[in-house]
Amino acid sequence: MNRYLLPLIAVVVLIPIFILGLESDPSQLPSQYIGKPAPDFDLPTLRDPEKRVSTANLSGEVSLVNIWATWCAGCRAEHDFLMQLNRDQVIPIYAINWRDKRPDAKNWLAQLGDPYVASGFDEDGRVGIDWGVYGAPETFLVNAEGYVLFRYPGPLDSVVWDREFAPRIAELKK
Amino acid sequence: MTKRLIIVLATLLYAHSAPAIDTGKAFDDPALQARYERLIAEVRCVTCQNQSIKDSNAFIAADLRREIQRLISEGKSDDEVTEFLVTRYGDFVLYRPRMSGKTLALWVAPFVFIFFAGFAIVRVVRHRMTLPVDDEITDGGSAQ
Repeated sequence: MNRYLLPLIAVVVLIPIFILGLESDPSQLPSQYIGKPAPDFDLPTLRDPEKRVSTANLSGEVSLVNIWATWCAGCRAEHDFLMQLNRDQVIPIYAINWRDKRPDAKNWLAQLGDPYVASGFDEDGRVGIDWGVYGAPETFLVNAEGYVLFRYPGPLDSVVWDREFAPRIAELKK
Repeated sequence: MTKRLIIVLATLLYAHSAPAIDTGKAFDDPALQARYERLIAEVRCVTCQNQSIKDSNAFIAADLRREIQRLISEGKSDDEVTEFLVTRYGDFVLYRPRMSGKTLALWVAPFVFIFFAGFAIVRVVRHRMTLPVDDEITDGGSAQ
């Protein structure tokens, strides 16, 4: 047998594995909920502690669930884009205000505008954990049946939108 | 020399008191506390991935510690706590991933590598045993 054959096979097998390893970003964790029902939540709304927003609100039409907080720089970065999505009536956006202070969060929306249909107020972060959130902002695409189709960790902008969200939403509306 | 010794000793003084993240005890019962500490040492902090949630002061690590404390105090087993975490964050959160379809490669790969390495060693050694012994190498050291 040719003495170079074995090393050659090893290289051919290992190189693609290494390339995959180099290209995957270990800080981007895949969501465990893709293709599964959105995790249950039932939270008081940010504006009015008497009112509730829950998983039930999500069913009926395709929507976004945006995890945000006032301490999160990426959330500030994407806020204008969320405002634009809301202005253009692209998709209803629900929010989970994650580990925040109610006055800070209300103030933020008063100053920067409120792009959300409703914000759930997740003060102690338990809903965030139920959704497998590991950092804000994160945005989930939920279909009309309440299933999670996609999750994007990081701030949204038009580039991310056109690449990741728009095609998936177009697919649903076919 | 003494100066250097003093610096080394002073550094060591600080080294022993690496601050604990959780200063307070989560449980009064030492058995539960031991379970709690073992579990949190085995869970990866998802934002600071080379730390366990025991070592991390990231708030998400604090949240996960609190959830684990709650689950233990509700009488959940270790497996149920693990299940809770994996459902939300995937096998990646466990420093010792469970054996499953997805993690099979992780568990099997070392044995595969050892097998091939052993195979290679046997082949090389067998091949070398067939070579004539060259006395000059052992005597003179000038192999070339």
